[in-house]
Amino acid sequence: MADASYPDELLYHDQHDWARIEGDTAVFGITWYAQDSLGEVVFFDPPAVGTVVTKDESYAEVESVKAVSDVIAPLSGEIIEVNDSLADNPEQINDEPYDGGWMVKVRLSDPSESSALLDRGAYVATLS
Amino acid sequence: MTAVLRRTPLYDQHVAAGAKLVPFAGWDMPVQYEGVRQEHHAVRTGAGVFDVSHMGQIVTRGPGALSALQHMTTNDVSKIQVGGAQYGLILRPDGGVFDDIFTYRLGEEDYLTVTNAANHPTDFTWFGHHAQTGAGELDLELVDAAEDYAMLAVQGPKARGIVAGLADIELPKRFHVATGNVAGVSALICGTGYTGEDGVELLVAPADAPAVWDALLAAGVTPVGLGARDTLRLEACYHLYGNDMDAGRNAIEAGLGWAVKEATGHIGSEATAQFRAESTAEVLVPFSLTETGIPRGGNPVVGGGVVTSGTFSPTLEKGVGLAYVPRDRSAVGTEFTVDVRGKDRAAIVEARPLYQSPDLA
Repeated sequence: MADASYPDELLYHDQHDWARIEGDTAVFGITWYAQDSLGEVVFFDPPAVGTVVTKDESYAEVESVKAVSDVIAPLSGEIIEVNDSLADNPEQINDEPYDGGWMVKVRLSDPSESSALLDRGAYVATLS
Repeated sequence: MTAVLRRTPLYDQHVAAGAKLVPFAGWDMPVQYEGVRQEHHAVRTGAGVFDVSHMGQIVTRGPGALSALQHMTTNDVSKIQVGGAQYGLILRPDGGVFDDIFTYRLGEEDYLTVTNAANHPTDFTWFGHHAQTGAGELDLELVDAAEDYAMLAVQGPKARGIVAGLADIELPKRFHVATGNVAGVSALICGTGYTGEDGVELLVAPADAPAVWDALLAAGVTPVGLGARDTLRLEACYHLYGNDMDAGRNAIEAGLGWAVKEATGHIGSEATAQFRAESTAEVLVPFSLTETGIPRGGNPVVGGGVVTSGTFSPTLEKGVGLAYVPRDRSAVGTEFTVDVRGKDRAAIVEARPLYQSPDLA
């Protein structure tokens, strides 16, 4: 697994999810801490494109050998793309939580919600 | 209230090996070191060592020991030769499963019973109560020996070879037990395990456990946590008490009728004979999913029944489990549906075991 990292350019949700905001869309995934806590991910159950997701609510499930965990949406919107490669290679969530392990791309319904998210420093402070 | 977790004599070894420790049955136990899948494969292809010091031991010895064990446990204890081992159950009078156990005959009138950690205190109380409610006054001694032993399971196709290299006696065959030195310390060496692989379980004095652990790791054995212990035992279709059977399930529906010999007149024998004669509405079967998803304990079987254990099988690379299903839909190859947190997942009844080691075939 990769070493612990929390990129500066992302915004974080305290349930260990990240958002990479690009205009009125955002890409979501889970943080290094989340994948490390889960252990080796063996199954990602993605939502369908077109699904409406709500900030702070579950939009997908990720499973390791030992446990299942809900994935929480850091922001609200409609899913416009899903990382299909995770179906065959869910270990990308462990190996590259911020790159190959991205989960969904969302058209944001309320971009101002991002003001409630944490920057890198504030998120890392929650981990200690 | 914050419960204080007990630590095994190998706690420092676990920390040094990079374990993630979790509460289990009141103990602080390693759930994994490098990762569940890697540890699982190490046991299937090489050798792994598990700290199972949380398990309990009860000594039953004396002229009345055999009679007491025949009364309190379900298998025919008279069939165990000196140096032999046998799986059995403790049943309630109504046939509900109180615990599952392994009993080793260490001497003519000297038996050691290994219990599940969570059940050990009640098992010992049960033994103390029922040992003398059999036929007449029995001359025997019962000892709670859980504090006297640390227990290490060394499992995998290379396990016996590695332990043999550290031992001063020939290792006992499967389902046998012998006393010898391993890594220079006295050990009860048992040809048993819970992984579906050949191997041994070593019972040693707690103070000696770190030396044995260190010698095994130095010999190339992989430390394995409870996470892989669960995936390994599930592939081998070994029951986990509390998941796959408990006081609310009887031995017949749990598929453990082979370990119950009602003719010995043990506690629960009459109820079990009736379940056996009349059959049960449900029966425990192994299964796999035929589509993506991972079943987990508690998932309902659509149309009746319930998953009691489920996981992702690292060997078979799919979701597998054990489930109670209606007996008329329990034949191997029968298709059914599991409700995995609201999603229907197609499943099929599999033959037992899900994984067969060539070493044990």
